[in-house]
Amino acid sequence: MKVTSSYQDGRLTLFLQGELDHHQAAAALKKIARTVDDYLPQDCVVDMGALTFMDSSGIALILKISRLMDQSGGRAWVVNAKNQPLKVIDASGIDRMIKVEV
Amino acid sequence: MKQLNYIKLEFPARSVNEGFARAAAAAFAAQMDPTMEELGDIRTAVSEAVTNAIVHAYPDAVGQVQMRMRILAGDVLEIMVRDKGRGIPDVKQAMEPMYSTGGEERSGMGFTIMGSFMDGLHVRSAVDRGTTVTMRKRIRTKEPA
Repeated sequence: MKVTSSYQDGRLTLFLQGELDHHQAAAALKKIARTVDDYLPQDCVVDMGALTFMDSSGIALILKISRLMDQSGGRAWVVNAKNQPLKVIDASGIDRMIKVEV
Repeated sequence: MKQLNYIKLEFPARSVNEGFARAAAAAFAAQMDPTMEELGDIRTAVSEAVTNAIVHAYPDAVGQVQMRMRILAGDVLEIMVRDKGRGIPDVKQAMEPMYSTGGEERSGMGFTIMGSFMDGLHVRSAVDRGTTVTMRKRIRTKEPA
């Protein structure tokens, strides 16, 4: 699991890569919280295009990012989720709370 | 149901073993010729069950997690994940969506996902004696190419 980011014009994009499970989640969360804190973006896009697997730890991560952005008055959404990660998102029902663009 | 093949694994309840458990499950299930989607479902459900045991079963020590997989007649895969930890006082409550006693990296969606990705989910638990999660999934036979 690797997290990289890019920032432009108030928009922070987080690129998640590899497999996201509980073993990886705490470190990823910490890194993401720090990045959001550094940039204080208006928008935060979670790009799951290169995420090959996630379990419910990914749901916790998305909810945490959404809460962080809520607190600073910004918005967060998910893009490019494929097959297995998308199925986990669908099963969890969080697409009722956060926008998921396929 | 007639048992056609099985494996038994045991590993310490360390989070680094989550990835190993789902890779082992996928490798064993491969002989049933599942689709990519079915394989993803199995990996996800195993990840949830094993993570629950690792996060919740042994708060003060690193105990053991056992995983048993069986192939049953009728293309049914059965996965059992067992710990001998502190148990779940109220299984019904624990299985409710968004209920969690874990940290902020947990969402409380584990059982919901296990139930939705597998065809059968059964949880047996006794306080201070441990928890056994049994899941079954029927692997659909692929159409010949």
